[in-house]
Amino acid sequence: MGAQLRMLRRRVRSLKSMAKITRAQELIASSRIVKAQQRMQAAVPYEREIIRAVTGVVSNTGSIDHPLTVAKEQSTKAAVLIVTSDSGFCGGFNVNVLREAEALSNLLKDRGITPTPFVTGRKGVIWHTFRDREMGGQWTGFSRKPSYADAKEIANALIQTFSADDGVDEIHIVSTEFVSMLTQEVVVRRILPLEVEETTEKPGDTPLPYFEFEPTAGDVLDSLLPRYVESRIFTALLQSAASEEAARRRAMKSATDNANDLIGDFTRQMNQVRQAEITQEISEIVGGANALADSAAGKE
Amino acid sequence: MAKLRVGVVSPEREIWSGEADMVIAKTVDGEIGIMPRHAPVLGVLVEGGVLTVKRGDGESDLVAAVHGGFLSVANDEVSILAEIAELGSEVDVSRARNALERAQSSVEANQEDADAAVEAKRAKARLRAAGEEVG
Repeated sequence: MGAQLRMLRRRVRSLKSMAKITRAQELIASSRIVKAQQRMQAAVPYEREIIRAVTGVVSNTGSIDHPLTVAKEQSTKAAVLIVTSDSGFCGGFNVNVLREAEALSNLLKDRGITPTPFVTGRKGVIWHTFRDREMGGQWTGFSRKPSYADAKEIANALIQTFSADDGVDEIHIVSTEFVSMLTQEVVVRRILPLEVEETTEKPGDTPLPYFEFEPTAGDVLDSLLPRYVESRIFTALLQSAASEEAARRRAMKSATDNANDLIGDFTRQMNQVRQAEITQEISEIVGGANALADSAAGKE
Repeated sequence: MAKLRVGVVSPEREIWSGEADMVIAKTVDGEIGIMPRHAPVLGVLVEGGVLTVKRGDGESDLVAAVHGGFLSVANDEVSILAEIAELGSEVDVSRARNALERAQSSVEANQEDADAAVEAKRAKARLRAAGEEVG
């Protein structure tokens, strides 16, 4: 009996320290979400303006065929950018992204397109190396706080494979979108060739003005489109960073709750065992006393 | 008189927004001045250019160093999308001078050092935006 009591005490003690850790992680994540959200908000004006500019160029120069806008009739290769996190402790966050990426690459294979994964985030990279999958590119170390330079680096690599002669024909991006503190959704988007109608916001009620270009429409597109891709990737990274923290907060909250439930259960069991031990000791003493009294009575 | 609504944005934050009488920027074709009712324009800005926003109404002009990016004008709305932009009032003059000297000396050492040349241009733009004289 004593052994069981000791074991229960040990479990409660370790659970308590675990709950402290997860609780701390939860609080850290909550404070980080706010910062991540602010960074996300700060990037909105730029993205909005750049989408407006791209829409403006593409819509009034319909005849222009720029390599970045024209879809090939039969695509054979595609790049898939998978945005995951560097650290774990965030519940199903990475699993969800990777599952969606798998679904996408199966879909692409069915259409006769060979997908190449480009992965950001240590978790995604490990997932791919463990399965011996070849990656077109990998980036780690900034999933919590992506900077524009990181997005630019990724965009450059993707655009390079896109514009190479035997390069990819499509670029997709699989990432997590931050809808609210409670909801994060995995989204799959094709960023190249352009799908301009995918803008969330209609560019004004008035029809788009007929732009003059300086120097020429082609040159403007040349430098505008890479910026557009960078901005899309940057937004995806920021959204994913905020989602990661939100997912972590939720996972850590339920871990803390579970630990507290278990502590309650074990404490109850511990009390029961202790009580049983005391009852047994009393009955042993009473039994012993009775036996003594009986033997004393027998002698007389 | 109608006013322009101007926004200067970089990917990481909105740098400035407000109303103005005139915007002067430098595109790859040359300097361009935008006043209200300007025709819609989409222009590519030069690396290391200086942007001037004349606010009128007795308010001082806004000067910023803009490195690359775009200018788009439509319906009296001017947006400047810059990868890196810095307001003249935020420029650290002594640091910019140091950066300029460093970049110029590495350009002298190696004429084909494209990065250093760009760096020198940027440092010059920052100094100009801060109102310093640059040779």
